[in-house]
Amino acid sequence: MTLARSSDIVFARETAMKAMAKIGASAVKRTKFVTAVSEIARNAIIYGGGGAISFRIEGVAPTIRVVAECKDGGPGIADMDLALKDGYTTGSGLGLGLSGARRLVDRFNIVSSSKTGTTVTLESYAR
Amino acid sequence: MESHSTSGGSPIVTITGCVIVAIRDDLDDRSVMVLQDHLVDEIARTGATGVIIDISSLEIVDTFAGRMLGAMAEMSKMLNARTIVVGMRPAVAMTLVELGMTLQGVETALNADRAMALIKAGR
Repeated sequence: MTLARSSDIVFARETAMKAMAKIGASAVKRTKFVTAVSEIARNAIIYGGGGAISFRIEGVAPTIRVVAECKDGGPGIADMDLALKDGYTTGSGLGLGLSGARRLVDRFNIVSSSKTGTTVTLESYAR
Repeated sequence: MESHSTSGGSPIVTITGCVIVAIRDDLDDRSVMVLQDHLVDEIARTGATGVIIDISSLEIVDTFAGRMLGAMAEMSKMLNARTIVVGMRPAVAMTLVELGMTLQGVETALNADRAMALIKAGR
């Protein structure tokens, strides 16, 4: 689904919530994952000039998980170590979105270049 | 002294000098601005000394929503009104701590009754 305006973040959150419900995730896991999705989707819009996010369910119990992949077409992240640091921001935010999102999921991957933009992958198990 | 209005779907009501706002779940960035605008207007109009923000319908509170709550508390403070956030879900509290967003400067209470009592007692 497309990420262009802030109302798209709401839709991405709803979709993430449904996927987590589908794998029978606990309330805490659901909340953490959806919060991470919200941060990453907002970053794609604010810093990446928009993009797209997709969700899929992988594996079987007990390792069944929801995978979210968020791509933007932005300028990429120049200094990844710095970007993943708590409190660092190039914008007007708190600098907790990216670093915080990483703590909220079971697997976090980020690939970024000035040519291809930034792709963030988030994974969460049901428990 | 009672009045009703809605801001981007989030109802605002003032009861005995206390503005009560129930935040709607699917607030986007634009409706947050509208809501803040209505909140400060309501405080100024009614001369309220307390603001209770009910977030029980929020399934998640991300850094954006957290900043919104902090900003609303600050705005209200400048208008001499004390803000208390109520109805936070346990999973939301756990997530906020892990996110590193502990909402410093934002007072909380378990529910609106307790918040109202705190505001009335002025402590």
